[in-house]
Amino acid sequence: MSFYGLVDGSDASLRNYLKQLPGVDQVGAEARAAMLATRSIKTTSKAWAIDTAISMVDLTTLEGADTPGKVQALCAKAFRPDPTDSSVPRVGAVCVYNDMVGIARQHLDSIGAHELPVAAVSTAFPSGRASMAVKLQDTEDAIVAGAAEIDMVIDRGAFLSGRLIEVFEEIVAIREVCGDRAHLKVILETGELVTLDNVRKASYLAMLAGADFIKTSTGKVTPAATAPVVLVMLEAVRDFYDLTKVRIGVKPAGGIRTTKDAIKQLVLVNETAGPEWLNPSLFRIGASALLNDLLMQRMKMSDGYYASPNYVTID
Amino acid sequence: MNFEYAAAPESRSVVKIDPEYGHFINGKWVNGSSHFNSINPATEEVLSRIALGKAADVDAAVKAARNAFDKSWSKLSGRERGKYLFRIARIMQERAREFAVLETLDNGKPIRESRDVDVPLSAAHFFYHAGWADKLEYAGIDTTTAPHGVVGQIIPWNFPLLMLAWKVAPALATGNTVVLKPAETTSLTALLFAQVCQQAGLPDGVVNIVTGDGSTGSAIVNHPGIDKIAFTGSTEVGKLIARAVSPTNKSLTLELGGKGANIVFGDAAIDETVEGIVNGIFFNQGHVCCAGSRLILQESIADEVLEKLKRRMDKIRVGDPLDKNTDLGAINSAEQLAKIHELTAAGEAEGAGRWSPNCALPEKGFWFAPTIFTGVTQAHRIAREEIFGPVLSVLTFRTPAEAIEKANNTPFGLSAGIWSEKGSNILWASQQLRAGVIWANTFNKFDPASPFGGYKESGWGREGGRHGLSAYLKGSAK
Amino acid sequence: MSGRLEVMKTYKLYINGAFPRTESGRSYEITSNKGVFLANACLASRKDLRDAVVAARAAQPGWAKATAFNRGQIMYRIAEMLEGRSDQFAQEISLQTGASSKESLQEVSDSVDLLVWYAGWSDKLPSLAGSTNPVSGPYYNFTIPEPLGVVGAIATIDKPLLGFVAAIAPILVSGNTAVALASSSAPLSAISFAEVVATSDLPNGVLNILSGQQSELAPWFASHMDIDGLDISGLPSDQHGAVKEAGVENLKRISAFTKFSEPGRILAFLEAKTIWHPVGN
Repeated sequence: MSFYGLVDGSDASLRNYLKQLPGVDQVGAEARAAMLATRSIKTTSKAWAIDTAISMVDLTTLEGADTPGKVQALCAKAFRPDPTDSSVPRVGAVCVYNDMVGIARQHLDSIGAHELPVAAVSTAFPSGRASMAVKLQDTEDAIVAGAAEIDMVIDRGAFLSGRLIEVFEEIVAIREVCGDRAHLKVILETGELVTLDNVRKASYLAMLAGADFIKTSTGKVTPAATAPVVLVMLEAVRDFYDLTKVRIGVKPAGGIRTTKDAIKQLVLVNETAGPEWLNPSLFRIGASALLNDLLMQRMKMSDGYYASPNYVTID
Repeated sequence: MNFEYAAAPESRSVVKIDPEYGHFINGKWVNGSSHFNSINPATEEVLSRIALGKAADVDAAVKAARNAFDKSWSKLSGRERGKYLFRIARIMQERAREFAVLETLDNGKPIRESRDVDVPLSAAHFFYHAGWADKLEYAGIDTTTAPHGVVGQIIPWNFPLLMLAWKVAPALATGNTVVLKPAETTSLTALLFAQVCQQAGLPDGVVNIVTGDGSTGSAIVNHPGIDKIAFTGSTEVGKLIARAVSPTNKSLTLELGGKGANIVFGDAAIDETVEGIVNGIFFNQGHVCCAGSRLILQESIADEVLEKLKRRMDKIRVGDPLDKNTDLGAINSAEQLAKIHELTAAGEAEGAGRWSPNCALPEKGFWFAPTIFTGVTQAHRIAREEIFGPVLSVLTFRTPAEAIEKANNTPFGLSAGIWSEKGSNILWASQQLRAGVIWANTFNKFDPASPFGGYKESGWGREGGRHGLSAYLKGSAK
Repeated sequence: MSGRLEVMKTYKLYINGAFPRTESGRSYEITSNKGVFLANACLASRKDLRDAVVAARAAQPGWAKATAFNRGQIMYRIAEMLEGRSDQFAQEISLQTGASSKESLQEVSDSVDLLVWYAGWSDKLPSLAGSTNPVSGPYYNFTIPEPLGVVGAIATIDKPLLGFVAAIAPILVSGNTAVALASSSAPLSAISFAEVVATSDLPNGVLNILSGQQSELAPWFASHMDIDGLDISGLPSDQHGAVKEAGVENLKRISAFTKFSEPGRILAFLEAKTIWHPVGN
């Protein structure tokens, strides 16, 4: 593996590379994120943003209580978010637990949604506290069942205790299992990494190890996808592109509940990484309740008055 | 796919501008004898006609201020004075949107800035100083609790309302009465402030506002009935005032120009530093005395920083100041625009490398694209003279000592910036820099509790904080 | 009299932004200085005190982290709300103490002004109580004042409103949270003050107000290991010794004051933190 020619796969090489990254000033990053949150997106730009956000949603159900019925309903919604309006785009992907992947894939195919990918949360999601063998098998199972996207978690314990090469090698191993059958999103769980310096380091580590996407959170821990965290990750993919000419995607997940939240994310992308990232192949939003808020806002834009939850389906 | 932001204009309907204004003297509106136009620099439309204050108007204002000092204001306890200031602060908060829109129309600055910075800080300034009015005996070393009496205050056009707050709040808190002249091109928020004084029930004559031009200011400076002058503006005019005041007993504080050095060390947090550079020189169109107008970059990271800076500057949105998404507004006047053109032409002539992003500038109004000059040395005019516009001069350094040397090599001494992740370096550099305000890993941060003012030719005295009070108390050092 | 029956107010405790009755179910009679029945006030128990301290502790980090400007604004708003209810509070004071309407209104005005005075200290005291210190060596050395944490206050017996405000305002202004015990015989003003606080944007738990017997609760204030400081101005001086002794267990900072407006009332509940940092490159 070449790791873009930036590290050689050894512990020393990885440590040195991550150490020379510039620090992040927390107050400055928060101020930049806050300023971008004041952008006022109206009329035509708002309509475009809503539809773009819908197309970027990874519609998610990750509950212990998930059943085939729940997952099938989710899939139907993902393909046709508003049964009364076929102009509404389909979402970016459906995101489920490993053992639901098959059910999701079958149902999507049965309703004609062949292009809608299933993303699986693998590698002992959300904690990642299991043996490597289990994580590899987890990944393989999901791909065989039909997952085209794998959302893996990094070992935060190893990261925080400085065993960076272990974190790195796990990602490399999972990437190898994915091969060209599935794209790999690497979940950093930024809420547990805490500092923005760590977010930057973890972003680079994941990209060097072969991530196709870097993802903020499992959604099971708060804080999740805060604006400063997403800002730092977008800066990382932007700078990584300068170094390697490869574009890595970003997926914020958790805490993005309203259209306003989603539009703020798009503004962050637009003014940090750039408009090249404003499409579902490079930016996704992991969410569940968000979709209905996007639909209600979409209704308001076309109808001219405020919508009610009665007019969007619960699944 | 391009994410174009649609127009997002703030509504003008929240503010009512009269076609003509007089002066605010002794709690009432007094007609002016002649008037001049005040225009919106973004569109060149005439907003209103402002009275040109003559010697007689200044005289009436000083008499009203003296009368108010003797008969009412000095008779009040500090506690009661403070409560007036609390009222003023509250009313400014209540009318915040009105003030912000008016400031943007009159000055040309983006509504985001007047809404998020100018107006809240102005209200906060009154709130802070209200609390000092009844605590002056605790304020510090060698401070008496006696006010001067009548103070004359002359303020600039770059932060019209905020500069009014910086002047009026401490003056009133310490028991003085005021004759204030706003800048010629930006009188409207001062005149709206007069309404706030009326709503707050401020006793007549405590605050008087006389509008006009340089001649009006001169009448104030020279009036024998004024005990103290406070001026914010150019160093050139500041020196004229200081000369005029020298043979008198008048007390004087000055807040003048600057050519702030923004020093970036190799270990800086790069992305936040780039934001800080942009903020340092493009905030308020660079019409800032403490702007970081000289970027002093460590050579080892110069290329990387400049590349990121240019990419960031590409995202600066220049246009209608009333649009909520505008980052860079209009230059305040044709006169100021001409000055900026003159100095940038000199920069090119002297061999510096000029760069601006591609941005469409509106047809009408006064506009200048954000600009950087690289390869600048201390000998260049654009490294020595205050441009007061969105123009950054970039110099490099090799060692920390060299950075300090270049930073200090100026007759100004108002502000400096330090970008480094190393604490001891920041503290060392702050100790070496001859500047009254030093921002480390940030820039253009203001707070009523934080003293502001310059070394050397950037002025005399401080505004804000405990230090800023002493200027308004008789018998104090400054 | 029109013959209309008045709806009488129930006087409850104020804990964590809510108005519970005492968990003990007990009450005691409040009468005017002439012995006329006014109300049954809650007779707070040590468990109410315990709950109040939990609320105060939980609220303290957020209150301390708020900007000084923000705290000052909120305290100023408390003054605004009290000003608007001048008549209500004046009547209540007159009923309890027999003071004339003029005297009672004066006490309310003084209370409003005192709140304004303390509110104005929030963003100024650090400039005076802190310092940079010229140590010998290449170090930047500075001292910053910080709030203690949770402070208990036992309010004075006379001036039922003013004494109460003088006790709690200086505690809150610097970022401490408070558990206050009203005057035993005239607690109504302090309890009604909770209505003012509840409409002032003060976060839940920052101020908690109990009514009850000072003699019953003082020892529990004194011995509580999660109370950091105490203002015992309201306790008779012959009880101070016992309280101080009980407070030694966790080295409570304990003070009693005579003047209503003095910066010392703020300073008594501050810590001083001194920080060193080398200077060099």
